Amino acid sequence: MSPSAPELLEKAKHVGIETAARHANEVDVAARFPHEAVDALKKHRLLGAGVPPEFGGLGAGMEQLAAACETLGQYCASTAMIYAMHLIQVACIVRHRAASPFFARYLVEVAEKQTLIASVTSEATVGGELRTSVAGVEHKGDRLNINKNATTISYGVQADALLLTARRSPEAPANDQVLVLLQRTDYSLEAAGTWDTLGMRGTCSPGFRVVGDAPDEQILDASFADIASQTMVPFSHILWSSCWLGIATAALGRAHEFVRQQARAKPGTVPPAALRLAEATNLLQLMRTNVHDVAHECEALMQGQGGVDALSSIPFALKMNNLKISSSQLVVQIVHQALLICGIAAYKNDSRFALGRHLRDALSAALMVGNDRIYATNASMLLVLKDD
Amino acid sequence: MKDEIRIILHEHARLTQDARLLTDDADLYQVGMTSHASVNVMLALEGRFDIEFPDRMLRRGVFASISAISAAIGELVAASVHAVGA
Repeated sequence: MSPSAPELLEKAKHVGIETAARHANEVDVAARFPHEAVDALKKHRLLGAGVPPEFGGLGAGMEQLAAACETLGQYCASTAMIYAMHLIQVACIVRHRAASPFFARYLVEVAEKQTLIASVTSEATVGGELRTSVAGVEHKGDRLNINKNATTISYGVQADALLLTARRSPEAPANDQVLVLLQRTDYSLEAAGTWDTLGMRGTCSPGFRVVGDAPDEQILDASFADIASQTMVPFSHILWSSCWLGIATAALGRAHEFVRQQARAKPGTVPPAALRLAEATNLLQLMRTNVHDVAHECEALMQGQGGVDALSSIPFALKMNNLKISSSQLVVQIVHQALLICGIAAYKNDSRFALGRHLRDALSAALMVGNDRIYATNASMLLVLKDD
Repeated sequence: MKDEIRIILHEHARLTQDARLLTDDADLYQVGMTSHASVNVMLALEGRFDIEFPDRMLRRGVFASISAISAAIGELVAASVHAVGA
């Protein structure tokens, strides 16, 4: 681990307790952006956590970033998810910028100005299929034009920049994609829809039409197929899972406190809910071990020799997909168990054991890239996997 | 072998161009082969050449072009001939 590791975790915890937790309910009720928490992340320079030190960032690796998301997730899942999504975009630039002088300068700017980057991968008519685009990049002289109808852009209005998938050109096949960076002055957004959802309400993720005009140098040279398999998908599944692990940890923490309170009221007897707590703790350990283990393995591959090959392999893709599926299911199970343990105290929104927000936030997990779609991909990959 | 690979690509890769007219080094992903289609190509190749791609070969690069596929099959066929001979 780099020397920045404890510092990053410490600061994430500080932001979580001092700011994110204080506004989490209000953010949830109003379905508004957690600007206090994001401002605090900026103030502590955490938006540059994934930027290499030579560009002014903290240079944190996968495990440290995952730990930061997990920590924030305990206090405000929307804040944690916004932070995770930003980190994913930064990782795509850091790992696939090649020798681009523009992107080297841009990373310095991200660390210096604490630029918040949003992702624009969704698109009308292709839904959540990451590896298919309708809109294509049009080239005019040394500039690019793009017009994309995105079905969801999380914190689209609040972001300082967008990282957007598109066909390499309007004539290119739907899966021959590139990633394009649009800075605040390069694009306009036309809102298409609202964001009044069950959970993750603070991520503010309605649809938008994005119209962009930017210099050509703002296209990442690498093919999006490589960026997706080697960086975007592993970072997404690990950092999302870390946010969900945070939610599960917080929910079970409340349940644990509730059981201790019951036990203190009647020393000498084990409260009946303690048995359910023991079961749920087992699930949480399973989830935590899986998230941490995959994060550790992924970081080792990303830093080691021959990692790129392994990262674009079917066994690795399968493991990433399995992590996403299992943690998205476990978080719901664990929060539900916590709700059963605390009973009415958790069902009431104004109780200190309230778990409504946790449960609603957790229910988004199976939908962020639908689990059924991921299962279908895994089923297809298993047809050729030998497990040799 | 490359002609047989072209036929399999023509039938299963769902390319935006006629696979039979592709050069050996053309990037198959850039002419529209999706991950899903590549699995079907792998299955058809395994069936046609009576081979099994080991997991270490289940990478994008191995199926990126006709040349790359041909090299991979050549390696597996040679290994199996060697194993039978021994």
